[in-house]
Amino acid sequence: MLNYIARRIGIGLLMLVALSVLVFVLLRLAPGDAIDAYINPAAPLSMDELAALRARLGLDQPLPVQYFGWLRAAISGDFGFSIQRAGVPVLPLVLERIGPTVLLMGTGMLLAIVLGIAAGIVSAVRRNSATDVALSVASSIGISSPAFLTALLGLYFFSVQLRWAPSGGMLTPGAPFSVSDLLSHLILPAFLLSIGHAALIMRYMRSSLLEVLNQDYVRTARAKGVREFWVIIKHATRNALLPVVTLIGSTIGIAVGGAIFLESVFNWPGMGLLLVNAVNTRDYPVIMCATLIVGACVIAVNLLTDITYAAVDPRIQVA
Amino acid sequence: MTDAATAPIERTKGPTRRSIERFFGNRAAMVGLAIFLPILVAIITYDWWWGSGPNEIDLRALNKGPSPEHWLGSDGVGRDVMARLLQGGRVSLIVAVVSVAISTVIGFLVGSFASFGGRVVDASLMRLVDLAMTLPPVIFLLVLASIAGTGITPTILVISLLSWPTLSRMVRARLLELRERDFVVAARGMGAGVPHLLFKHGLPNCIDILVVYATLQVANAILLEAGLSFLGLGIAPPEASWGNMLNLARSTVVLEQYPWQWMFPGAALVLTVLAINFIGDGLRDAFDPRSALN
Repeated sequence: MLNYIARRIGIGLLMLVALSVLVFVLLRLAPGDAIDAYINPAAPLSMDELAALRARLGLDQPLPVQYFGWLRAAISGDFGFSIQRAGVPVLPLVLERIGPTVLLMGTGMLLAIVLGIAAGIVSAVRRNSATDVALSVASSIGISSPAFLTALLGLYFFSVQLRWAPSGGMLTPGAPFSVSDLLSHLILPAFLLSIGHAALIMRYMRSSLLEVLNQDYVRTARAKGVREFWVIIKHATRNALLPVVTLIGSTIGIAVGGAIFLESVFNWPGMGLLLVNAVNTRDYPVIMCATLIVGACVIAVNLLTDITYAAVDPRIQVA
Repeated sequence: MTDAATAPIERTKGPTRRSIERFFGNRAAMVGLAIFLPILVAIITYDWWWGSGPNEIDLRALNKGPSPEHWLGSDGVGRDVMARLLQGGRVSLIVAVVSVAISTVIGFLVGSFASFGGRVVDASLMRLVDLAMTLPPVIFLLVLASIAGTGITPTILVISLLSWPTLSRMVRARLLELRERDFVVAARGMGAGVPHLLFKHGLPNCIDILVVYATLQVANAILLEAGLSFLGLGIAPPEASWGNMLNLARSTVVLEQYPWQWMFPGAALVLTVLAINFIGDGLRDAFDPRSALN
């Protein structure tokens, strides 16, 4: 077990390094460098002055040298300064966005898991009934709707037409902080974020439960007189959950994508909004830092999922 | 002489024939076709039967709702939403189909190299695939788009670069299994080179994976393009696409007061993606002989 964990952590660290190389190289391929971003167009510099500046900042060094210089600084927490907001260090700018994003994604995923599993159970138990067909059609539509469209529709109906929820932001500006204010801003985007995932989870839950319901041990449970409700909950659902848990673990990355759209529609001050703004203004230091931190989180979550499985199901370590 | 021997041997249907029959017997897939084909025909032929062009300006109709002249209303500069919707569909579908074609080729080639190139090539390619699959797709998309810029070609490039890893993994698994089969071993023994093995034996035996992947990936690519354009990073105006029509709704005024400008493209997007997903699922079941048992 320890061996397996050590190996997985090693692979995770390697992936992180590879990710940093990838992001570094990709952004160096982009047209323009830090100097182009910082110089004042009103006071043009001569080619010699530009070359001197580049030499002072080390931009004339070969790429690997630049990479290791950047890596050394990054490990000590120095990701440079934002280009768009000159002089503001990148790391705190990115770190303060983690909380809101985790809050939005966490609530959304939780809702998705509850809704998806419940709908999947109902659908499988009432197989081929009108309820099942309706839920299956709804889940197909949910899977085919992009997050930003769900977000726009939700915003239009629930905030603009019905006025049930505020139309954006995380807190009412100027008002003192209160949990109810936060919740009223959180619930709509979190719910909208959960729809696509709930649809996917429901589909897996349904097919997995249908398979389990055909197993001998379910028949045995029924035969010995266990009530149908408990057969479903205790005997079938518990066993049907395993592939669903795998699915949830492996879709965290996609959830991050959905969160980006929700954040930009609802003006939620999270990582996604920061990243989209940084991409629009070509603020490369922010893009790099945000990408690395999101990537590191996803790698860490995948690692935890893998280790959890190995703990639950010892067969996995062999494979 | 028994009856069985004299009775004419009934020709059993080939696997392809059975697959086609299964596909046309699939209700969801037929619904998908029934939705998708009219959309496709309308998108291809619209300039023959629809009065206004996507960038024609009608100054008497600024932000007007649906009317007999502009069925789906008009936008803030007096352009016809119906015409932009159809042109947008054309752009979205072209972007999706071309990028899927490119990523299918990349995916197949990477999968082939991995399975035929020996241990080292295989391991390094698969780690690359792992890495590409670990990174949240939208983040990767944003980073690539920030480098490539906006427009049709960069968008196609970005989407195709993002989409091949899943396919290459499936192709690799299939080819690894195939490599040990007797007919491939025999072909090798008779001196067949790698190109022959790949294109005469590998490709035909991967065709089901490729067709299903390509179909479902078209739906995916439409969503990716729409997402990018929605964030202002994909297809840039004045060229229309479903995503950048939805981008209009990021303005509160359009979102609240002119819903026809974004709801119709949204509906077109969901219907098309839904239909393609139904068709793709139908194809997957049709190619899978086990599905006949259910």
